[in-house]
Amino acid sequence: MANDVLRATIRDLFRFSLSFRFGSIILMIVGILLLLSFFSPFESDDRRVVPRNKPPSQEFILGTTGTGQDGFWLLTFAIRNTLMVSGVAVLIGRTIAVMVGMLTGYLGGKTDRVISSIVDSIIVIPRLPLLILIAAILQGEMTVLSLALLLGILDWAHPSKRYRAMILSLREREFTHTAIFSGMNAVKVVVQEHLPFLIPLLLADAVAGFLWAIGMEVTLSVLGLSDLSTPSIGTLIFWGNYHHALLRGRVWILAAPIAASVLMVVGFYLVSLSLSEYLDPRTRLSRLTMEE
Amino acid sequence: MNLLRTYILPRILQWALVIFVGISATFLIPRLSPINPVDEMIGRMTAFASIDPHAVVSMRESATALFGLEGTLLEQYGRFWARLFTGDLGVSFGNFPRPVSDIIGAGLPWTIGLLSIAILISWISGVFLGALAGYFHDRRWAQILERFVVVVYPIPYLIIAFVLIFVFAWWLKWFPLVGGSRGQPGLTWDYISTLLYFGFLPALSLVIGSTAFRFIMAKSLTTTEIASDYVQYAELAAVPKRKIILFYVARNTMLPQVTDLALSLGALFEGALITEVLFAYPGLGFVLYNAIYNADYNIIMGITLLSIAGIATASLLIDLLYPIFDPRVRLR
Repeated sequence: MANDVLRATIRDLFRFSLSFRFGSIILMIVGILLLLSFFSPFESDDRRVVPRNKPPSQEFILGTTGTGQDGFWLLTFAIRNTLMVSGVAVLIGRTIAVMVGMLTGYLGGKTDRVISSIVDSIIVIPRLPLLILIAAILQGEMTVLSLALLLGILDWAHPSKRYRAMILSLREREFTHTAIFSGMNAVKVVVQEHLPFLIPLLLADAVAGFLWAIGMEVTLSVLGLSDLSTPSIGTLIFWGNYHHALLRGRVWILAAPIAASVLMVVGFYLVSLSLSEYLDPRTRLSRLTMEE
Repeated sequence: MNLLRTYILPRILQWALVIFVGISATFLIPRLSPINPVDEMIGRMTAFASIDPHAVVSMRESATALFGLEGTLLEQYGRFWARLFTGDLGVSFGNFPRPVSDIIGAGLPWTIGLLSIAILISWISGVFLGALAGYFHDRRWAQILERFVVVVYPIPYLIIAFVLIFVFAWWLKWFPLVGGSRGQPGLTWDYISTLLYFGFLPALSLVIGSTAFRFIMAKSLTTTEIASDYVQYAELAAVPKRKIILFYVARNTMLPQVTDLALSLGALFEGALITEVLFAYPGLGFVLYNAIYNADYNIIMGITLLSIAGIATASLLIDLLYPIFDPRVRLR
């Protein structure tokens, strides 16, 4: 049943939304690259396995690096690691956001006012300098996982406001009162009755969350603040810069991760755009009239 | 009087809260980390040379005092605020004993200049291009423009800057790879022209991303705005289209954009930091980059504190100026 609804939704999206069509195709390409990393003939830390600094050719589609690694297979590892970092970050961030949003939205009153004004302050605070400060202190001890954790902890304030607004409107609905009068406690009402309404919004929001996380992963790595021995989109750019790829005319070393990052963010953005358009009741109405 | 109570006072309270939360977080985070910066620094200094153990002890003492790590957490917190109020951010370890405030002060004008020019250009062009594209939404050029913006918008500043360097500085060689200016600083055309020449690409990388953001918001605001009665009335009254867009539609969409500018200042500032790193532009971003390499915590800390206070204050100023633009707030 739920599967049918999901399939119908995806079919609708594919048919009516140009951005979903392009976005999902791009993400599929990214996904295939990610899966290919599991079939790589080399390990991600194998060095000097191929000739060094060769430009792209039939044998090496994306050329080879200064450390004697194959650009293409290295890129598949990089995509996997970057997506893993951002995926964990999005998961942590949205979990905190849902909890804060549900708490403030449902409780209302003074608690809501106090927490909301703290959340409003956190939104204004620029996160990059804070991230750099933390990463600089942890330097050397930074792992892929701790970076994901760090990004997740810093990315919940904005989404929590959206969830709060949603819960605020749900709280005034008939079924909430019915649930309360029949003796459900607050936690149960929120989790069993309200959370299902939040899921579509959460989905669109999580897809958009990848944008920030990918951007920050790349930024911190280019500054040399992440685990530089693990290949990721950002660390590939870092090492390319470090070995002066541009000045020595080895463009392919930098071009591949840059192109991959553009592909990833554009894919995620197009999908999130189409999802939020789909969820918007106004555009849904125009779509219904179009079908008639 | 009413305006003061319902609008200005809450904004100022919020500003104080932002600064309090941000500065407390900056104070707490390094202290919660498992790594002691003092040990870290001494480890780095003694790694390559054997130093007399007595010297190490006295070094540890002075470093602990320097980092403000003496006493209980609460005492440290009190001293932290006391030092901030006197504008004392400590000394740089990379450029010992130059004060941090001195080094940051040297980079600040570059960042403020770059940022304010980029914000001005991107805000105006985003609002007007968005209004045009929203009003003529069925024209071919508007659709092409929108597709372009949708692709550019999600790309991080860093990647945009990289592509610009790649195309215009490295491949076409139209602009310099690094630097902020050339020649003797002064109000001569020679110097100012190098400022423009060196600043063009860094500013452009900021303008592209932030214009796209403004454009998307302006277009959706315009789409709601053109459905309203006054626009239809103006069209029926044969008011010139140019006038409808510039004086009615764009003007009405500007108000939410002013509020939003205050909220997006942080992101723009982050973009400026990254752009400066990539172009080796002598602003705060480049100072920060060097500090990361020298593990100069005091400078990183100083820039973090300054950016929190600066962004909060700038958005407070925008909020306080808002009643000037919005007649509804003014009249209330």
